[in-house]
Amino acid sequence: MRILEGEKVTKYFGGLAALSDVNFHIDEGEIVGLIGPNGAGKTTLFNLISGALVTKSGTIKFKDEKITGLKPYQICRLGVARTFQSVKIFANMPALDNALVGSFFGTPTSMSSADAAREAIESLELVGLSAARAIPARDLTLANQKRLEVARALATKPELLLLDELMAGLNHTEMAEAMELVTELRDKGITIFMIEHVMKAIMGICDRIMVLHHGENIAEGTPREIAANKTVIEVYLGA
Amino acid sequence: MTAFTSKRFLVPGLVSLILLILLATSPLYISSYNVILLAAILMYIVLTVSWAFFSGPTGYISLATAAFFGVGLYTTAVLGKALPLLAVVAAGGLVSFVLALLVGAITLRLRGIYFAIFTFGLVELIKHILLFWEITVTGTRGRFVVLVGNTTIYYVVFGILVLLMLTVYFVRRSKFGLAMQSIGDNEDAAAHMGVNVTLVKVITFAVSAFFIGAVGAIMATRWTYIDPYVAFNPLFSFLPVLMAIFGGMGQLYGPVIGAAIFAYLEELLLTKFPYYYMLIFGIILVVVILYLPDGLIGLIQRLRQRWQKGGLTGKHANT
Repeated sequence: MRILEGEKVTKYFGGLAALSDVNFHIDEGEIVGLIGPNGAGKTTLFNLISGALVTKSGTIKFKDEKITGLKPYQICRLGVARTFQSVKIFANMPALDNALVGSFFGTPTSMSSADAAREAIESLELVGLSAARAIPARDLTLANQKRLEVARALATKPELLLLDELMAGLNHTEMAEAMELVTELRDKGITIFMIEHVMKAIMGICDRIMVLHHGENIAEGTPREIAANKTVIEVYLGA
Repeated sequence: MTAFTSKRFLVPGLVSLILLILLATSPLYISSYNVILLAAILMYIVLTVSWAFFSGPTGYISLATAAFFGVGLYTTAVLGKALPLLAVVAAGGLVSFVLALLVGAITLRLRGIYFAIFTFGLVELIKHILLFWEITVTGTRGRFVVLVGNTTIYYVVFGILVLLMLTVYFVRRSKFGLAMQSIGDNEDAAAHMGVNVTLVKVITFAVSAFFIGAVGAIMATRWTYIDPYVAFNPLFSFLPVLMAIFGGMGQLYGPVIGAAIFAYLEELLLTKFPYYYMLIFGIILVVVILYLPDGLIGLIQRLRQRWQKGGLTGKHANT
């Protein structure tokens, strides 16, 4: 079943087409990777899905329901959560409170304080941050701040999780842990759509990869197909 | 656990209770001059805490305090004779509340300096609309206000302050307070975590305006005559900001202490050094902002930490 579907999604910044007529879909339970050179429009696409930006034309549907034009908080409550390329944590709040914001406000149905607290603690445990729950988010390492963003997103009980460069800036061990976390989340039934530059990560865990270039969807397929795709190689290696 | 809870809540609770009793009974044994001085101090505390309630956690610097205060003053000037006092005070609060809802809905998408400038513009805008109205429509300048006894004024301001402190205390501990703080920390992220950021900001802004308007409505009765220049004095926009910074914004009691000391200092300097008071005042402010970035509260916390550390090392080493 299609959990997310975009049809002719278009976005201009001034006269520049950041995305033009992009069609895409994500099936339930998939891990889909989104790659492309810098400025290809990857983050713009995420911003359109999460409601941070509004499309010029085209529609995005989540579980057959049109979400274009909705506000970010509404889209989050429908079940789409995200992380950010440059971390946007609540720096002055303890890790637990960061997750609490998600479980209090972002879940499809509103929860009691006790349930929200339990949900927040569980999501911190899932990413391995339960020991750091009382530490102000600004004092965490970058890797842990990224984990915290994932925990906060998970606390909203999403069905679809958008990960924007989760692996960037992590060392090898941290990256391996992050990859393991992503597959674990998929096994729990959360569909994953991830932007990534780290090829090893994307080739290792994605079921399907989509390639954007100059705001257009130029290729799509399994990791093996993408690795052998001539256009993709040209775009990346400039050959 | 009990020791922990009692230590954490007993002392502030007891201090608040004693203060509450002292303030509630003070008109019985202090002079009339001191009652009205105390009322003025409590008024500044209301303005400062209301301002900090919205601007502290959300990080949106509002300079609209004078606008809401002036709206409260004018509400009394217009309705003072027609309604009982408490109804007038409530009306002053409600008119400010509604004004803040409207203004907030339009302007709270502005961020940073733009919001501050707009809210300041609001003070001037309302002032000049009223001036225009008085010149062209009513043909008058200013209004006389009904008179009320000093003790009554004091108790109404005191009542507003108690209501405000309870509101702030409970909201800060609620889910709503968490949302306010998340907006101050990162508004984009808050919106993406399901927080209806516009709604939270507008409601907080309006609640803070309610208390500012209500205190304006009661203070109007002390001034006997008001006109737009008196009512919409920009100083009432800046003083709460200064008082909150002076006290420190990290804790609930920071703005309270800041406003109390600041207002008393102002009165003291004004009566003791009428010619140099602004000069001395200015110097004190500069010193506080330069050397106490976290306000008086920050200073107290630093001293306490040093004392605790000093106590420990003193026991173990003679350095």
